[in-house]
Amino acid sequence: MLTIKDLHASVEDKEILKGINLQVNPGEVHAIMGPNGSGKSTLSTVIAGHEDYEVSKGSIVFDGEDLAELDAEQRAHKGVFLSFQYPVEIPGVTVTNFIKTAINASRKAKGLEDMPAKEMLKSIREKAAMLEIDSKFLSRSLNEGFSGGEKKRNEIFQLAMLEPKLAILDETDSGLDIDALKIVANGVNKLKSEDNAVVVITHYQRLLDYIVPDFVHVLYNGRIVKSGTKELAHELEAKGYDWIKQELA
Amino acid sequence: MELKEKMLSSFMALEQELDLSSPVHDIRSTSLKTFEILGFPTKKDEAWKYTSLAKLLKNDYSIFPKKESSLELKDVKKYFLYEIDSYKVVFIDGIYSPFLSDTTHDGIDVCLLSAALSKPKYKGVIEKYFNKVAAKDESLTALNTSFAKEGAYVFVPKSVIAEKPIQIIHFSTGEQGDFLLQPRSLIVVEENAQVQIIERHQSLTPHEVLTNSVTEIFAAKNALVDYYKIQNDRIDASLIDNTYVAQERDSNVNVHTFSFGGKLTRNNLNFTQNGEYIDSTMKGITIIGEQQHVDHYTLVNHVQPNCESHQDYKGIYADKSVGVFNGKIYVDKIAQKTNAFQQNNNILLDNKATINTKPQLEIFADDVKCSHGCTIGQLDEDALFYLRTRGIPKREAKGLLTYAFANNVLESVAIPALKTRINKLIATKLGVNLGHDL
Repeated sequence: MLTIKDLHASVEDKEILKGINLQVNPGEVHAIMGPNGSGKSTLSTVIAGHEDYEVSKGSIVFDGEDLAELDAEQRAHKGVFLSFQYPVEIPGVTVTNFIKTAINASRKAKGLEDMPAKEMLKSIREKAAMLEIDSKFLSRSLNEGFSGGEKKRNEIFQLAMLEPKLAILDETDSGLDIDALKIVANGVNKLKSEDNAVVVITHYQRLLDYIVPDFVHVLYNGRIVKSGTKELAHELEAKGYDWIKQELA
Repeated sequence: MELKEKMLSSFMALEQELDLSSPVHDIRSTSLKTFEILGFPTKKDEAWKYTSLAKLLKNDYSIFPKKESSLELKDVKKYFLYEIDSYKVVFIDGIYSPFLSDTTHDGIDVCLLSAALSKPKYKGVIEKYFNKVAAKDESLTALNTSFAKEGAYVFVPKSVIAEKPIQIIHFSTGEQGDFLLQPRSLIVVEENAQVQIIERHQSLTPHEVLTNSVTEIFAAKNALVDYYKIQNDRIDASLIDNTYVAQERDSNVNVHTFSFGGKLTRNNLNFTQNGEYIDSTMKGITIIGEQQHVDHYTLVNHVQPNCESHQDYKGIYADKSVGVFNGKIYVDKIAQKTNAFQQNNNILLDNKATINTKPQLEIFADDVKCSHGCTIGQLDEDALFYLRTRGIPKREAKGLLTYAFANNVLESVAIPALKTRINKLIATKLGVNLGHDL
C-alpha cells in the first residue's frame, strides 16, 4: 500500500529525513518511535504533502502512485489521513459543517454527488457514539476551546468519518488521560480492517498497549535504525532511547 | 459643468419647491454656504488621504429624479430581509415607494423625513433633533443637509420597545442615467426605548450611482439601538455614508457595517457620548476584491466619565482592492474611567491588495483604559495544510479560513435571520459552501 524508498526531505534547507525506507501493507499496524527531534513528525507531514517540505531524493508510492505529484488534498482523496499532533482551531465552523465539507470535497473529487443529508447525519451519529462524543460537541466550533483530549478525539472522529486507507496518527496519545486514550484506541481498532493500515507515531509505548502494532520502527536522526515487532516497543520503554544511541555509536 | 457648480445651481431649482419660511430652510442655506466654501474633499485633506473621490466626481450625475419609477416586489425581494416581519421604508431613486413600504404610526413613528419636515405635529422633534449631531463643518454632510428632503424618520417614544425591526432600503433604477442620491434619515429613540434598524443601498443599474447619505441617531437615557448597514452593492455604485450618533447616559448603541460590495464606499461613523455609563459599539466586516475600495473612518468622542467604546473591524482584501481603517478616539480631560477598545485585523489575499490602517488616539484624561491593535497578515499556512489534508481543496480551504477569521464579528448580531443572511453572504463571497447545520 505504502512504499517509501530512500526518502530524503528537508525544510528551509535543513535535511531532516536522511534516507527512510518503509513498507506498509494492507491490514498492518506500524509504530514509529523515536526520541524528540528524530524526524517522526516530519515523516508524517511529508507523507501528507506539506509544501514547505522538499523531497530531495527518494520516493513515496501509495497504491501504485507517486505521491510527489499530488497536492495534500489529492492525497486525502486517495485515502491518506493524518491525525495532527496540534489540530488547528477554526472559529465559526462547527465540527459537523467541517466534516460535511471535507466529505463532500472528497466525493466531488471522485465525481460523486454530495452525500445525502440523511445519510450524513446517520453516519455522524454512529461515529460520534462509537467515540462517546456528545452531540453538543458536534455543534461547537472546530477545535476552538477544546481540551487536548477533545482535540484528539475529534481527530479520530474525522478519521472515522473519512474512512481512509492509510491513517497516520501523530502523537495521538499526547494530552490524553487514560480513559480518553482507551476510547480513542478502541475507535481506531474498530476501524481497522484487512483493507486499511495504520501508522502510529509516538514517543511512548503507552498507546501501543491499546493499538497493538505488527511492526515497530525506531527513527533516529532521520533514519529508521531498528525495526522489530511489538516487543521492541517494550524494550525501548524499559531501556530508553539512549540504548539505541549507544548501539549506534 | 463641474459637480460642485452643478450642485450650487441645482440648489436654486430645489428652493422653488420648498417652504422658504421654514427654519429648516435656514439650515439648508447655511449648509450650502459651508459646502460652497469647503468644496468636495480631496486627498490633500488628512481625513481623505487614502480615498480619492476625483474620478467619481467627474460623472455627469442627475441630481433630481426625472420621473417616478416603480419596481415589482418579486424583482427586488432578495434585497429585503423577507424571512421576518418588519417595518419597511423604501425609496426608489430617492422617492418614497408606498407600494414596497410598510410604515406605521401605531406606538412608534416609522415614516418619511419629508413628512416630518413639513407637518406641524413633528415641528418640536425637528427643532430639537434635525441637524443637531451632524457635523456643521464637513463638506459632504453639509451638502447633504442643504439638499435634505427625503429619507426615513423613526421616532420611538419613551419606554417603547419596537416590536419588529425596521428596514430602510434605497433603490436606484438607472432610469435617470448616472445619478446622485442624498438620502437623509433621522432616528430618535427616547428614554428606555429600543429599536433595531437595517439599512441598505441597492443599485439595480449599470449606470454610475453615487449616494451621499446622512443619518442622525439620538439615543436618550437607557435607550438601546441596534443599527445594521448592509453594503453589498453593484460594482458601479458608490456610497458615502455619514452616520452621527448622539447618546445620553446609560444608553447603548451598536452599529454593524457589512461591506461586501460597491465601487467605492466611505463610512464616516461618529459617536458623541453626552452622559455617563454609555456603551458604544462599532463592528465591521469588509470583504472585497477586484478594484473595490472601502474606507472606514470612525470617531468616538468620549466627553463624559465612565463610558465605554468597542470597535472591532475585520477586513479581507483580494485582487487589487483597497481598504482603509482610520479609528479616532478622543478622550476629554474630564472623561475619567473611559474604557476604549479598538481592534482592526486584516488579511490580504493577494499581493496587489492594500490596507491602510491608522489608529488615532487623543487622550487628555489620566485614568483611562484605551487599547488598540491592528494586524495585517496572510492566512496561517499550517491551518491551510490542516484543511487540505482533510481533502478540502486549497481555494475552498482559504475561503473557510477567511470565513473563520471574519465570523466572530457576527456573534453580536441580535437579529437571528440577519445573522444567518450575513453568514451566507460571507460564505458565498468567500466561495465556502457550508450548507446548513444538520
